[in-house]
Parts: sequence; C-alpha cells; structure tokens
Amino acid sequence: MGNRKIRYFLFGAVVMFLFVSIKTQAQNLENGKKIYQTRCLVCHQADGGGVPNMNAPLDGSTNVVGNDIARLVKIIKNGFNERVELDGLYYSNSMTPNPDLTPAQISDVLSYIRTSWSNKATKVTIAQVQQGIKGNQKTSTK
Amino acid sequence: MKRGIYLLLLLSMSVHFLANAQDNAGLTLPNGFKANLFAENIGSARHIAISKNGVVFAKLNRADKQGRTIIRLADENKDGISDKITGWANYGGTGIYLTGNALYASSNEAVFKYQLDGNDEVVNPLSPITVVSGLINRRQHESKSITFDKSNNMYVNIGAYSNACQDKDRTPGAQGMMPCPILDSAGGIWKFDASKENQTYGDGKRYATGLRNVVGLDWNSQANKLYVAQHGRDQLNTFFPSLYTDAQNAELPAETFYEINEGDNAGWPYVYYDNFQHKKIVSPEYGGDGKKEGASDIKNPAVAFPAHMAPMGVLFYTGNQFPEKYKNGAFITFHGSWNRAPLPQEGFFVAFVPFKNGKATGEWEIFANGFAGTMDGTKITSTRNAKARPCGLAQGPDGSIYVSDDTKGSIFKISYQK
Repeated sequence: MGNRKIRYFLFGAVVMFLFVSIKTQAQNLENGKKIYQTRCLVCHQADGGGVPNMNAPLDGSTNVVGNDIARLVKIIKNGFNERVELDGLYYSNSMTPNPDLTPAQISDVLSYIRTSWSNKATKVTIAQVQQGIKGNQKTSTK
Repeated sequence: MKRGIYLLLLLSMSVHFLANAQDNAGLTLPNGFKANLFAENIGSARHIAISKNGVVFAKLNRADKQGRTIIRLADENKDGISDKITGWANYGGTGIYLTGNALYASSNEAVFKYQLDGNDEVVNPLSPITVVSGLINRRQHESKSITFDKSNNMYVNIGAYSNACQDKDRTPGAQGMMPCPILDSAGGIWKFDASKENQTYGDGKRYATGLRNVVGLDWNSQANKLYVAQHGRDQLNTFFPSLYTDAQNAELPAETFYEINEGDNAGWPYVYYDNFQHKKIVSPEYGGDGKKEGASDIKNPAVAFPAHMAPMGVLFYTGNQFPEKYKNGAFITFHGSWNRAPLPQEGFFVAFVPFKNGKATGEWEIFANGFAGTMDGTKITSTRNAKARPCGLAQGPDGSIYVSDDTKGSIFKISYQK
C-alpha cells in the first residue's frame, strides 16, 4: 500500500515536472518574442532581416546560429560599437546595450532569435547565459 | 489543332503579361514619362555622374567582384542600355562629380581627382590627385558626398558619427553633450578649393553646421546656392518611451531639405523639425518634451518630408526634355526607411520639389515610385525586402535623368516623350 502511494506520488511528480518544463519552454519563446518586439525589432526588423549596411541581420546569420553563445550574450548586454563583417557584408550602426536584462530574459530572447524565421539553432539555457556573463567578465580587460 | 491554338494564345498572353510587368522597368511615372534599365547588377551604386557624351560613372560603396569601385558605363550603340562596362579604383565610398574633364570621387575619408581624355576614358586610374584627406569616418554617417559651385569650390558632407550626440550613443535616457563636441569636425558641410591638392580640415571652411547627415546635395545654379537634404535623427521612442509612442516616432522628425547660406545652422543635435507642428522642437536629449521650441536663429527647412525616408541624392533639373514645370526644380531620391518599424516602411521613391524663381514652393510630389518592387502597392515591412533602393541621381546630355540603386546595382533611365 505504502509502496503504491510512493509510486503514485513519483508518477505525479514526473507528470508535474514534465508539465512545468514544457510550460517554461513555451513561456520562454513567448517571452523572448515580447523582448524582441520591444527592444530588437526596430533595428533588426520583424523578420530578423536587419537593414543593409546598417543593422546586422539575425535571420540566417552564421554568428547568430553559431556556437559562441558567450559572444551573443556579450553583444546583448554591452551593445556593439564596431563596424562588423557578417557573411561577407558590413554593418556600421551602433547597437544599444541592454545591461538590465536578466540571464533568464537573455536566454528567452536568444532562444527566440535562434529558432525564428529560417533559424533552426538550439535554444539557449539560463546556465549558458550565466556562463557567458562569467566568461566575458574574465576576458574583459577594460 | 484547337489545343495548339489555345496554347499559342496562352503563350502570347503570358508574353504580353511579362512585357507589361517590365514596362518602365517596373516604375510608376507621370504621364508621358518612360523608364528603362540602363544597367543591372553593377554593385552597390551610390552616386552617379554623367559626361557630356552620355558616359555614366557610378561610385560603388564596396568593391565589385573584380575589385573595382568606380564603374564606367557607356552606351555605344545608343539604344539606352549600357553595353561597355569597365572600372577602376579600390576604395568604397559614395561621392562622384564630373566637371569638364575632371572626375572627382570620394572614399569615406578623402576626395580624389581623375583626369578624363576626350573619349571620357580615365587617364590616371592608379594615380589620382588627392584633393582632401583625413576627413572623419567613425562608421556612422560616413558618406562623403560632394558637389561643386560655379567657381570650382567643392562642398563635402561630413556626417555626425552619432544619432543625437548623447553622452552614450543610442542609449535609452542618455543625455546630450553640451556643447556637442562632434560639431567642430563633423555634422556639417565643409567647403574646399577644388584646384588645391593634399588639403586637410585646416584648408577648408565649415560652410554649414547642425546637419546630422547629408547624403544628397546639389548646387542650384539658378539661385546660385547650395541645397542639402538631411537625414533626421532616429529612435525618439526607443530612447524616450515616456515622451514618444511607436506611432509618433514613425512620423517624427521630418526629413528636411535646406537652402544653405554660408554660416547656416540647421540645429542638430539640439533640435529637430516637427512637420506637424511646423516647429523646431528641442531634442529630448537636451531637455525637450516634444513641445518645447528651439532657438529662433536655427534654419528652417525649405521643404519637410515624412520621417526616416532617407534622402540620398539631389538633382536640380536644368534639361530641356522634361515639361516646363520640372525646369530648375529638384529631384530627390529616397532610400526607404527602417526606423518606422514596427509600422510599415516608407520611401523607396524619387520625389520632385517644384521651384519658382529660385525658391522652393514648399510643395513636393512623388515622381517615380515602385523601386521596392511591390507592384500591388503592399507596404515593405522589413527594409531588406525592397528590390531596389534609390540613391544617386544625375542628368544625361539629352535631358533624361538616371537613378542608381545601391542594393543590387540597377541604373534606371527616365525620359519624357511628347
């Protein structure tokens, strides 16, 4: 009897866990989309296409769908103030920093960007973002 | 047999449809005007210049596949389409201007002078004369557009390397620097004697200030004055969301077209022009609230256009081919916006500004539209979806005008037939 109870409890816990994790996954992208619309869309455009010569595209960009998460985290946090070459083209506009975004928000918006439009990259976890922030603090000399 | 006739009919209908789609190179024009593609896919064609023999020179923003940045396009069989395309130079840039046999071209830091021979072939492609160098290029607003007056003085735009001179560029809530330190060496028009060589800032004169970024400029020979078109500041709503909504930002500030006298100040970064209140309004970075008016000695625009459309080229029409109303008026190319998002983008056309006795009437109209390639009139929501973005403007010897596109590199020729 006691065994059965435990089993029920465990089953329930597993169901709850799955439910919560699916739910957070879903929220993750929805929240990421909201952050994208309020902070990123004006320059990077609704379809992630960017603006030729000015604002870098996010849709299909090798850097954006690549594995260097720490670099992406750094750009979102600190903004970007260099002329950048991306897939053979140059972009020159300054990007606004977002120092107030939490690791959870950065993981949301990066996950949204990396899985939207033609992008089919992995989502970004909060742990990856935290690791990125730590790594950037270590390497940053300025 | 019957099927064959149907097929033939279908074929002729589709050929007819395709031919129609190509009419006027996809452009919508006033009655009596026609357009064709003088060139296609030549690269990021910024400004253009045309010789008295009809040879077109285009300045590329980036080198093409053959590593060239000045493209020479000749139409030797005179069918209105370039058939001999050559080129030289290895520096990207925007400006190009032809006067007599001297061809001037700019990088984002310098202006160079080439000599053309009697056949409009460049004599010294590898050894141009440096007219001026060392001009500020800090990524933003780097185009060094050029024009000339009738006394061989050259006017160069040196754009401000900033959006609104905030102490932290493009940062929410950041304040404007007072005074704005950018203005001593950028954010205006500089005048140089084009007959001198190897000049720097000290040899030139700041002719006008308070201009954030001018890409299109031209000398109005009827009024004997410089006219410039300014790109207004971006992102009022992004940096001051408590003062401006997305919808307000999409319409503010105006893109402005100025008649310039020596010493004029157009007010950037301290004010912007609001084309609904018809006032110069103090920028939010400098304590403005969307209503407070700026100083009265700041220049008023001759014409104000909707926000963010990005004027790229100005041409005063002096030809005899177009109807009388166009004579001595100004054509202005609009690149098309990005900062109207999340609202639909605007621009991607050539406007006409009527002049009367050397003064702008204040009116303007769309002259050539359809560059973005949305035939059904749907709006562009993402700037990259525009097929062509109008940039350079020049007048041919027969009075036709040419419009360049810097996305894929088309050159449109627009003519009028009675």
